[in-house]
Amino acid sequence: MDNINWELVDWSRAQFALTALYHWIFVPLTLGLSFIIAIMETIYYKTGDEKWLKIEKFWLKLFGINFAIGVATGIILEFEFGTNWSNYSWFVGDLFGAPLAIEGIMAFFLESTFMAVLFFGWNKVSKRAHLIAAWLVAIGSNLSALWILVANAWMQNPVGMEFNPDTMRNEMTDFFAVLFNPVAVNKFIHTITSAYTFSALFVIAVSSWLLLRNKNKLYAKYSMLVASIFGFLSILATIITGDGSAKQVAKYQPMKLAAMEGLYQGQKGAPLVAIGVLKDDNDPQPDKDIVGLEIPSMLSILAFNDPNVFVPGIKDLVHGNEEQGIRSYAERIESGKIAIDALAAYKKAKKEGNTEEAEKQLEIFKDHFKDFGYGYYYGKDPHTLIPPVALTFYSFHTMVILGTWFLILFVLVYFSLMNNTIERKKWLLRLAIISFPLGFIAQETGWITAEVGRQPWVIQDLMPAMVAVTKIETSGVMITFFLFFVTFTALLIAEIKIMTSAIKKGFNQ
Amino acid sequence: MSQHGRRLWLIIMIKLFIMFAILKLFFFPDIMKTNFKSDKERVEHIEKQLIINTDKQK
Repeated sequence: MDNINWELVDWSRAQFALTALYHWIFVPLTLGLSFIIAIMETIYYKTGDEKWLKIEKFWLKLFGINFAIGVATGIILEFEFGTNWSNYSWFVGDLFGAPLAIEGIMAFFLESTFMAVLFFGWNKVSKRAHLIAAWLVAIGSNLSALWILVANAWMQNPVGMEFNPDTMRNEMTDFFAVLFNPVAVNKFIHTITSAYTFSALFVIAVSSWLLLRNKNKLYAKYSMLVASIFGFLSILATIITGDGSAKQVAKYQPMKLAAMEGLYQGQKGAPLVAIGVLKDDNDPQPDKDIVGLEIPSMLSILAFNDPNVFVPGIKDLVHGNEEQGIRSYAERIESGKIAIDALAAYKKAKKEGNTEEAEKQLEIFKDHFKDFGYGYYYGKDPHTLIPPVALTFYSFHTMVILGTWFLILFVLVYFSLMNNTIERKKWLLRLAIISFPLGFIAQETGWITAEVGRQPWVIQDLMPAMVAVTKIETSGVMITFFLFFVTFTALLIAEIKIMTSAIKKGFNQ
Repeated sequence: MSQHGRRLWLIIMIKLFIMFAILKLFFFPDIMKTNFKSDKERVEHIEKQLIINTDKQK
């Protein structure tokens, strides 16, 4: 790693993180509001009640503003793959290209075609056709998310592929293994339902604001009713799939789980941190613990459905644990180095036309390929393979605490609407408004947990960020980082300004 | 078209211009496509990145 330009790696990572985090401001509202709008239009279609049309048109307008400003911001991530992460892009081959291509062809066109009908088709197409368009926009938006999340899940758990040493690329061997990768299935449902939750919080926050100003009270309350039920069901699904995600992480990314829980010393019947802080997070030789409230054995139950099972800690993973059958990082680094050397020897033998030697080296390479990425840490301190624990731990717990709050909020709002006491509960309306930015924080901390917790890997166990990055001038990456920062901030300001202006006009516009 | 509509179309146009006419053109070339003429050259480059550079780490 002596020849690694760490400044370049860090700026490239920061650039990608900034773009992804900004992009994810716009996406969840599109994913969730599209369904809320489709539900509202369905009620209008079934009842013929004009108030639902008015309600739907108001939210459709806000949806349109968000969509217009957010659309195509994700393409920048694809630019970055080609420029800043070219080694990675080549290495993943068609595994990444196929899901993205399907997204472009199927979901994007489905979404944008019916988007035009949804916005401009009033009185031009039948009520039924318009309703179908509303649902297809929702389904199309969510299908776009599916393919992106399938690609992301593959990076967390690379399945359905085989590395071709001649082309130096991974080649897909089983499309359905990629699509139904257990990490992908859970990740998709967890991510989209969290986006629905965020959208429900948005509808409730805007409606609460209108109620506090005695504006459009009836419309606001009906909107809140739809959003509180939709939000409650969504957050329930988020919690259930969150549990599923924890099990996937325990199985495929045990270091991430240990970092999420600040678990340094593995144990049987490992506790779950309900709320707490990490002790001394500057210690390079980890010997940390948690100060806070822990639920005994709960981590073992959540991760493995067994209160007595052993959950490995960071130390077990770094140093190995013979009793538990955990290989040390030193051993995996050694194995990874054998894979890299065998690959080099294979290529050399092939060039020299020595088929026998090439086949021998290829076998060695295949035997050690699962540790390939570790080989890049040869001769280095295995502790460099530990992700940023504090950031992962606090992000994860922030997300969980906020998720629990949203569940309570949806219940409170629903029962207050049913009792017709919502207008009197000014405190609840104010809490609902505050909860919208909290929803944004929960979204972003969820992504930070998923992505920071798996560092240094870009592809789990196979490719670390330092190898994936393109060796270009750091100054160029810094310039584009700030360009993005300015552009995205301008877009965000525009969104807030236009959205606020539309909300102030209320339903009577 | 409403004032909001006009503003949104303007934002979309400016955004797409910045993304494709400035960022993509001047800052984000596809390295593997622009720097190498053939797949053979690309494979050799990746070999260098993934194998040869690691020898320096020994």
